[in-house]
Amino acid sequence: MTLGYVIYKLILAVIVFTVTLLIAMYSTYAERKVAGFLQDRLGPNRAGWFGILQPVADAVKLFMKEEMIPSVSNKTLFIIAPGLSLLTACMTGVVIPWGTSLTIFGTSYSLQVTDLNIGILYLFGVVSIGVYGIMIGGWASNNKYSLLGAMRASSQMISYEVAMGISIIALIMTTGTLSVGQIAAQQHGWHWNILVQPLGCLIFIICAFAETNRAPFDLPECEQELVGGYHTEYSSMKMGFYLFAEYINMFVSSAVISTFYFGGYNMPFIGRFVHDGNLLAILGVVFLFAKIFFGIFFFMWVRWTIPRFRYDQLMNLGWKTLIPLSILNLVLTGAWMMRHEIISVFIK
Amino acid sequence: MITTYLFYFLSFLAIMFGLMVVLSKNPIHSVLYLVLCFFTIAGHYVLLNAQFLAVVHVIVYSGAIMVLFLFVIMLLNLNKETEPHKSIWLKASAAVAAGSLLLVMVASLKGASTIQSVNTFNPNIGLIENLGTTLFKDFLLPFEVSSILLLAAMVGAVMLGKKSIK
Amino acid sequence: MQPLTNRSKIVVKKEMSLYERIYLPAIFSGMMITMSHFFKKKPTIQYPEQTRPFSAVYRGQHVLKRDDNGAERCTACGLCAVACPAEAITMVAAERKRGEEKLYREEKYAAVYEINMLRCIFCGDCEDACPKEAIFLTDRKVDSEVKRNLFTYGKDILVEGVEKDKRVDVSKRQTPEVLEFKKHKEFEHNR
Repeated sequence: MTLGYVIYKLILAVIVFTVTLLIAMYSTYAERKVAGFLQDRLGPNRAGWFGILQPVADAVKLFMKEEMIPSVSNKTLFIIAPGLSLLTACMTGVVIPWGTSLTIFGTSYSLQVTDLNIGILYLFGVVSIGVYGIMIGGWASNNKYSLLGAMRASSQMISYEVAMGISIIALIMTTGTLSVGQIAAQQHGWHWNILVQPLGCLIFIICAFAETNRAPFDLPECEQELVGGYHTEYSSMKMGFYLFAEYINMFVSSAVISTFYFGGYNMPFIGRFVHDGNLLAILGVVFLFAKIFFGIFFFMWVRWTIPRFRYDQLMNLGWKTLIPLSILNLVLTGAWMMRHEIISVFIK
Repeated sequence: MITTYLFYFLSFLAIMFGLMVVLSKNPIHSVLYLVLCFFTIAGHYVLLNAQFLAVVHVIVYSGAIMVLFLFVIMLLNLNKETEPHKSIWLKASAAVAAGSLLLVMVASLKGASTIQSVNTFNPNIGLIENLGTTLFKDFLLPFEVSSILLLAAMVGAVMLGKKSIK
Repeated sequence: MQPLTNRSKIVVKKEMSLYERIYLPAIFSGMMITMSHFFKKKPTIQYPEQTRPFSAVYRGQHVLKRDDNGAERCTACGLCAVACPAEAITMVAAERKRGEEKLYREEKYAAVYEINMLRCIFCGDCEDACPKEAIFLTDRKVDSEVKRNLFTYGKDILVEGVEKDKRVDVSKRQTPEVLEFKKHKEFEHNR
């Protein structure tokens, strides 16, 4: 482990972090713009050219707002919780392969911060920790609406984690690896995992919506019933942290879905036109980001189309539909992989 | 060298958080300290090159079980008034019991330096491929039996949760 | 019971078919609908830069007209105040002194003439009621203020200027229908 290696990893991590934050920032703008366009409006267009400075204006507004901490709240936890939410959202970016590798002066630099051999499990672990930010925040506010919102959020996340996990297990069975980097590398050309695991992909996408608490699963912050959900008592930038964490989660989920099921940085037939390794790597990053941006757009498109679920419908969908479906998917995948053995048993 | 320091650091944190679990007045704080304690233990697993175990520990204990603990405690709304009071005799007998347990532990640890590990430590045993091979080849029967045990527990929980059985 | 119209539908809560229960086709068609709106032309009008065309008879802030010689037309008859459904108009009448013929057209004039713009509903009844064609509603908008009492407009705001360039043009309001009405001398209003 030379010093150069450490510096390169450090730079890569900082770049990933910065890009994540930047995209989350502009997702807020994109959300308002997309919402506007889907509703025959124009969206924000006053701050700067086409409203491009709107996120900056929003951030300034949030920073200038008065900071309120309820006197009956648990102050330490109240302050820690939004930070925890943001931290867990940012932590997932490190295992995602943003591209193959760049060769500069004969040295190969991988565009993945760390290729853990248990990358998928790491992702899953971080996601499951993400519940704490919401739960602690909801409880520390000492407000019944916050508490109920936090309860809803965490029970929803736990419920959908099961179906998500089982759909991932089917994916792991077909790919035979837990490393995210290898999963991306396996999908070169047209070997995208969605063609192998269409049902698993569908279940994973639905669960990703539920995990990020986005519409139509945004019950935790349902204004009609719970005022603002778990961030009822939050104001100023602490509130901003929660909202920001949601957008980072959305970005990371899109990245994970693209990497797991939609080929990651791979694009079919590109190898015929481009032969330079470095150019291919850069194009790979571009393709991955194109897929991610479409994913983010898809999240927003769904949000402004589909109405919110009722709570019992949410739980029914999670436990009675998605989990049996994902188990079916798992069994079918296993049967397909062992088809020669099964057939040979019957032939005997 | 750095791993030794990390080991001492993590052990210190684990013991400190463990003590905080017992000592903190607020049950929610206790649970949160327990979560932190689990994280330090996951760190220990990583030091032992058992990454799979570390991540699964985080997912299962911190991510699922402790969230359920938090759930229950938050809904119970425990506070000073509902705290049961124990008599002085109970406290004294608990202290005596704990003290004698400590005595036994110290006495048994006194001879611990003579114990030597029987089989040589395979540093790659914690990696997922080796773990999978071991579980599904050498320990297949215990593994399946334990999963049936869990299934039985699950079915039992569902039966208990049902309002009435026709 | 006899249905009032034949448009009523009998609501049946029937079991959904498998196709409907999958939900995904319905979700897909819904998303296609929103997507079609994404590309539609937006009806938004960028307000300060673009404005909607005003109607010729738009009823905005009032004006008290002068005649061609620059004398106020209003004689403080009070018909507008009577006609006003919101009771927004108040006035105090005064007698014209010698030497004020240039200022006021007739012997009686309004010394104070106030319209409370917060009460006014811009119905235009005052304009209809006025026998002297002294008050008109114009296409000017009432400015926003920060204090309530600033909305009580007095003669200093309402009366138009004497100079040619300060006159308020209300000729747009003289639509063919209005001109036709004014020809009928048998109506009391036009005498």
